[in-house]
Amino acid sequence: MTTANPETSPSLTTPRRRPWLRALVAVACVLGCAGTSRFAAAGDVIRIGELNAYKTFPAFLEPYRKGWQLALEEINAAGGVAGRRLEVVSRDDNGNPGDAVRVAEELASREHVVALFGGFASHVGLAVSDFARQRRILFLAAEPLSDKLVWQNGNRYTFRLRASTYMQTAMLVPEAVRLHRRRWALVYPNYEYGQAAAEAFKALLKARQPDVEFVAEQAPPLGKIDAGATVQALASAKPDAIFSALFATDLAKFVRAGNTRGLFRGREVFNLLGGEPEYLDPLRAETPAGWYVTGYPWRSISTPAHTRFLDAYRARWHDYPRLGSVVGYVAMHAVAAAISRAGDTQTEKLVDAMEGLDLDTPFGPIRFRAIDHQSTMGAFVGRLAQKDGRGVMVDWVYRDGAAYLPPDDVVRTLRPAH
Amino acid sequence: MTVADTLSQLVNGLAGASTLFLLASGLSLIFGVTRVVNFAHGSLYMIGTYVGIAVAEHVGGATGFWLALPVAAAIAGALGFAVETTVLRRVYRAPELFQLLATFALVLILKDATLIVWGPEDVLGPRAPGLEDAVRVGDATLAKYDLFLVIVGPLVLAALDLVFRRTRWGLLVRAATQDREMLGALGVNQRWLFTGVFVLGSALAGLAGALQMPREPASLSLDLTAITDAFVVVVVGGLGSLRGAFLAAVLIGVLKALCVALGTVEVAGWSFNVSKLTLVIEFALMAVTLAARPWGLGGRPFPLEERRATVELAKTPGIRFWLGIVALLVLCALAPLVTDEYTLVLATDVLVFTLFATSLHFLMGPGGMASFGHAAFFGIGAYTAALAVRSAGVPMLVALALAPGTAALAGLVVGWFCVRLSGVYLAMLTLAFAQIAWSVVFQWDDVTGGSNGLFGIWPPGWASDRATFYLLALALCAAGVVALWTVVNAPFGFALRAARDASTRAEAVGIRVRRVRWLAFGLAAAAAGLAGALYVFAKGGLSPEVMAIPRSVDGLVMVLLGGVGTLVGPVVGAALFTWLQDFTLRHTEYWRLVLGAVILLAVLAFPNGVAGGLARLRERLA
Amino acid sequence: MNLLEVRNVSRCYGSVRAVDDVSFDVAARERVALIGPNGAGKSTCFGIVGGQMRPDAGTVTLAGERVTGMDPASLFRRGLGRTFQVTATFASMTVAENVQTALTSHGRHSLRPFGRATRLSRTQAHDLLDRVGLGEQAERPCAELAYGDLKRVELAMALANAPRLLLMDEPTAGMAPPDRHALMELVSGLVQDRALAVLFTEHDMDIVFGHADRVLVLDHGRIVAAGDPGSVRANAEVRRLYLGESQP
Ligand SMILES: Nc1ncnc2c1ncn2[C@@H]1O[C@H](COP(=O)(O)OP(=O)(O)OP(=O)(O)O)[C@@H](O)[C@H]1O
Ligand SMILES: [Mg+2]
Repeated sequence: MTTANPETSPSLTTPRRRPWLRALVAVACVLGCAGTSRFAAAGDVIRIGELNAYKTFPAFLEPYRKGWQLALEEINAAGGVAGRRLEVVSRDDNGNPGDAVRVAEELASREHVVALFGGFASHVGLAVSDFARQRRILFLAAEPLSDKLVWQNGNRYTFRLRASTYMQTAMLVPEAVRLHRRRWALVYPNYEYGQAAAEAFKALLKARQPDVEFVAEQAPPLGKIDAGATVQALASAKPDAIFSALFATDLAKFVRAGNTRGLFRGREVFNLLGGEPEYLDPLRAETPAGWYVTGYPWRSISTPAHTRFLDAYRARWHDYPRLGSVVGYVAMHAVAAAISRAGDTQTEKLVDAMEGLDLDTPFGPIRFRAIDHQSTMGAFVGRLAQKDGRGVMVDWVYRDGAAYLPPDDVVRTLRPAH
Repeated sequence: MTVADTLSQLVNGLAGASTLFLLASGLSLIFGVTRVVNFAHGSLYMIGTYVGIAVAEHVGGATGFWLALPVAAAIAGALGFAVETTVLRRVYRAPELFQLLATFALVLILKDATLIVWGPEDVLGPRAPGLEDAVRVGDATLAKYDLFLVIVGPLVLAALDLVFRRTRWGLLVRAATQDREMLGALGVNQRWLFTGVFVLGSALAGLAGALQMPREPASLSLDLTAITDAFVVVVVGGLGSLRGAFLAAVLIGVLKALCVALGTVEVAGWSFNVSKLTLVIEFALMAVTLAARPWGLGGRPFPLEERRATVELAKTPGIRFWLGIVALLVLCALAPLVTDEYTLVLATDVLVFTLFATSLHFLMGPGGMASFGHAAFFGIGAYTAALAVRSAGVPMLVALALAPGTAALAGLVVGWFCVRLSGVYLAMLTLAFAQIAWSVVFQWDDVTGGSNGLFGIWPPGWASDRATFYLLALALCAAGVVALWTVVNAPFGFALRAARDASTRAEAVGIRVRRVRWLAFGLAAAAAGLAGALYVFAKGGLSPEVMAIPRSVDGLVMVLLGGVGTLVGPVVGAALFTWLQDFTLRHTEYWRLVLGAVILLAVLAFPNGVAGGLARLRERLA
Repeated sequence: MNLLEVRNVSRCYGSVRAVDDVSFDVAARERVALIGPNGAGKSTCFGIVGGQMRPDAGTVTLAGERVTGMDPASLFRRGLGRTFQVTATFASMTVAENVQTALTSHGRHSLRPFGRATRLSRTQAHDLLDRVGLGEQAERPCAELAYGDLKRVELAMALANAPRLLLMDEPTAGMAPPDRHALMELVSGLVQDRALAVLFTEHDMDIVFGHADRVLVLDHGRIVAAGDPGSVRANAEVRRLYLGESQP
C-alpha cells in the first residue's frame, strides 16, 4: 500500500506541483476502501472460513464446494449449531501457499471466522496448517493427502479429514501381497505425494513380501508426463505388476498410451486414487479393466447413510457426487459437530472438542483421532471395469481408515512433541 | 537399452516433437515478424484441443476426427485474427514487451472462458480412426498414431518451407523477420502482413492442439505447459527459423524420451532416477544453447544490439519528488493506526512486491534487460533466509541481511552469462536459469523441503505483531526502492542507461557496458532477494512456487502495468496488481476473467503503463 | 614515432574483403582524410582503429602501444575519441547529460552508485557544448535534435576525454555547407589548441581538400593513393576511380 495510487507518484517526466497533496488524497482513498470491511455481527451467526484453489483444480473442487454447501444448508435448516446460524466465508486461495496464507489471514482477522477448513494441494495445506498453529485457529485440512500434515509437521490446531497417502497406499497393499508378484514397476508424479506413495508402497510391500523386486521407477513431472516414453520404459523392464500414483491428466495419458501399446496386458496394475470419479470419469471407454484402485463407487454404495447423502445431493444439484462432494460435505459437518460438541467457538475448546470427535458420514462413522488429528475416514478399494462405455468400480470393499494407520507408539515417534 | 527400446523411444520422441514443432513454428513466426512475445499462444493450442474433441465427438466417426483438425485450426486462426485486429494492433507502437501484458491478460480470459464453455473436467478425445492401435516391428511396439505424427511434422515443415520460399507473401514474411526497417521501405502493407502471420501462427497452434487429441486429454492446464515448451523450442531453434524449430523440437523430444528410457541409473554405488530430469532437461538445453550459440540451432548470427522503438527522456526527479515520497512514507507508517490487521497483511504483500517489481524494473527500464526469470533471485533470497533460520538458527534480522547477499551472488553468476546477450535471448536465458534453480529447489528434499517447501518461519516475538512486521517491511522495502532509485539517478544509472540507449557509443566513451550490466544484475538480484526474505517471514514459510515461472510473470506484469518508462511505474504496478488480484480473488467467481479484462482495458487505455499514462495526461492538462 | 600506426590490417565479412592489407600513419597535430567510394572500407578501418571490431590480421599502434583488438573503452582511456557514421547518442538524456555521461566516464566515476549524475561535470559539459555550437540546446532532449546537431553532440562527447586522436566518420553529413566548414574550422582549431590528431572521412570533397593535411584513398579495401591534397587531386587513377563517380 505504500504508494498505492498512481496519482501519488510524480513520474520522471513531470516532477512538479504538490505531489504530496495528491499523496494524501490517494492514501486516504486506499485506507477508506480498506476500512469498509464487514465485521461479523456476533451473536446470531457463527462464521467459518473456507479456502481452496477453486480455479486451479476445478474438477475436484467444484463438486467439493457443492458438498459443503449442501451440508451447510442442512445444518442451518436443522436450526444451526447451538441455536446459531452457520455462515461460511469461502475464498479462492490461488493454489499457492503465499496467497493462501494471506487469504487465511483475511478470514481470521477481518472476517472473524472461528475456524478454517479446506485446502487441496499438500504444500498449500501445510502452509495454512502452520499458519493455524501460529495464529491459534482451528484448521481442518479437508483434502490434502500429505502424511506430514498430521505426522512430521502435525500441530495442535490442524486436523485432517481424508485418508492420507500412507493410508490409501496401505489399503492397496494387502491385495498386492495376495497376488504375490515378484517384479514391480512404479510410476508416480514427481512431487511429495507421488514420492511418499512410492516410498510407502515399497516399504510396506517389502515388509510383507521380502522377495519383491522393484525393477523400474518413473517419476514424470506432475501434469507433464511423456506417456509414450514412460509406457515404453516400464514395458522394457518387464514387470509382473505396476504401482501407479498418477492422477488427472497424467493418468489419462498413461492409460491411453498403455492401452495402445498393450502395457497392461497380463500385468496387474495398482493405481492410487484411480477410482475417484474426478479421475475415472474422463477415461470413459478407455477405462482399463481389472486395475486395483482406491476410489468412490457412488453408484453402488447402498448403505442408508450414503443413500441419504446421494439423494440429497442429487436433489440439490441435479448432478451426481464426486469424491470431492463427500469430502466437502463431511468437512462442513465435522466443523459444525466440533462447535456443537465444544458448546463454544473459542479455539482451544474447539480443538479439544475435535480431538476424539465421532461423526457419522456417508461412508459410515469416523473419528478424529486425538493422537494425531487424523480422521479414520476410509476409502473404497476395488477394481476398475467398464460399463456402457463408462468406468466403474467393482468388487469393492470399504476399508476403514482406522485399520491402516501405524500403531500408536509409531505414530508418537512420527509426531513432534508439543 | 535394446534396439527395440531405442526404436520405440525414438518414435515416441519424434511424435512428441511433431506437435511441439507445429506449436512452436506458429510462435516463432509471430515473434519473428511482429516481435510480440505471445503468451496466449498456448491458450490457442488448448482451445484447439477442446474444439477438436468437440467436433470429433459431435460429427463422430472417421469424418469427425479428420474434420476436427482443419476446424480446430480455423477456429484458432479466427481467434488469432480477432486478437490481432482488436488488441495487438493498437499496442504495436508501445514500448518493448508491452504487448506481452496484453497477451497475459488474454491467457487469463481464455482460460476462464474455456472453463465456462467446457467445464472443469478433463476431456479425453477419441482415438484416430484407423490408427487406434500399435504395430510390432521386431520387439518394438509402435503406436500407429505416433508414426502418423512422425510424418506430419516434416510434412508441415516442407509445406511451410514451400510457402516461405516460393510465394511473394512468404518472401515478405522472411524479409520482415530479418529486417523490419527494410520492409517499411519496400512499401509493404505491414498491417495485413502482421495480421496474416498472426492468423497463420494461431492456426498452427490450433492444429497442433487438435493433433494432440488422441494423445492427451483436453485440460485447463494445457495452455501453460504448452507455452513454456514452445518458447524453449523457438529459442533453441533460433528466432524465426522453422528448420531450427523443427530440429530443436526433435532434439528435445528425443532427449526427454532418453531420460525416461534410462530410468534409474547406478553410478559408483550412487543411484539416480534420470526420469526426474524431464523436469528441467529442456531448460538446461536452452541455457547451454544460449550460452554457446545464442542465435539458436537454425538461426544466423545476428547483431546483438536491437534498435529500440522509442526512447523517452528520463528526467532526474527533483526535491519535490523526494518530498512527496517522504510524505507518502510517513502516511504509510501511520497506516497501522487506522486500518485493520488484514489491510496490513495485504499492504505487507504490496510492499514486498513493490520492491520485487522495482528490482525487475531496474533491469528492464534503465538496464534495458528484461528478465523472464527474476523470481529466481526472489526465491534464492527467500530460501537463504528460510534456511538460515531453520538450519543455522540465526535471528530474523540476520537472515534478512544474508538474503540479499546470496541473491546478489546468484545474480552475478547468472548475469555473467546473460549480459552477453540482449533482448528476448537474454530474457530466455534468465528463464532457463530460473527453471534450473527451481528444479533444484523442487528436488532437493533434504535441504529445501522439496515440493512442500519449508514452514514455521515466523517473525520472532518482537515483530510477530502484524503492525510491527508491516513497519519493518515498510522500512526495508522503502530503503530498497529508494536505494535503487538513487542508483538510477547516480552516475551508475546513467552509465546503465547509456549502455541501453546506444551501447556502441557507451563503449566508445569508456563505459564498460558488460561490467555495468553485470553489476546491475547483482544489484537487482540483491533487492529481489531482500523482497523474497521478507516474503518468507510474512508468510511463515515458502515453497518452490516463490521461484516458479508465474512469480516471474507476475513481476513482469507489475512492471509493464505500471509502465517501464517511469521510475514510479513498478510501484504503481505492484500495488495495483496485488490489490486487483486480491480483490478479484475474494469477490468474484471467475476472477481470472475479471482480472484479465481489467488488465486488457488498462493496456488499451495506457499503452505506456498506468503511471506513464497518468503522467502524460497531466502533461497534456498542464 | 607516429601517434597512430596501422600496419597491414585486413578484415573480411564472409567473402567480402572489406579492408585488405591496409597500412598508414597519423602524426600528432595531423589531419588525415580517408576517402573512397561507398563500400570502400572506410568505416571498417575506423572500426578497427576504434576497437569496435578486430582485424583478421595486422597491427594497430597508438602512441607506441600495441592496441590491436583492444576494446573501445580501453582505447577511450588511452586518448581516443570518435564519432560514428550513423549517429549514436543517448536518446533518453538531454544534450548536456549526454556529454556529462562521457565526462563522468572520463573521470572514472561511471560505477558510482550514489550522488546525482546531473550535478557532475556540468560546467565542463556546457563548455564543450558551447564549443561545438550547441550551448543553446544543452537542456533539450537529445532525441529531438536534427541530424546535423546530433553530429555535434557526438563530437562534444568524443572530446570529453581530451583525446589525442579523434576519429570522425562523416562528421558533417546532414549539415548545410556553411555549417560544415564551421565545424571543420572548429576541429582545426582543436588540432592547434590541444595538439590533437584527426582521422576523418568525408564525401564532400571541398571539406576534404580544404581541411586535410593528407589524404588516403581507399578502394575495395585497399589504399590506392596517398599524399597531400594537391597530389591526390591530381592523381589520374583517383580521378577515374573515385572522383568521377561521386563528385556531385
Ligand atoms: N556487418 C557487416 N556484415 C557484412 N558486410 C559488411 C558489414 N559491414 C560492412 N560490410 C561490407 O564491407 C564493405 C565495406 O564497408 P564499409 O562500411 O567499411 O564501407 P564505407 O567505405 O564506410 O562505405 P560508406 O561510404 O557507404 O560508408 C562493404 O562492401 C560492406 O557491404
Ligand atoms: Mg562508412
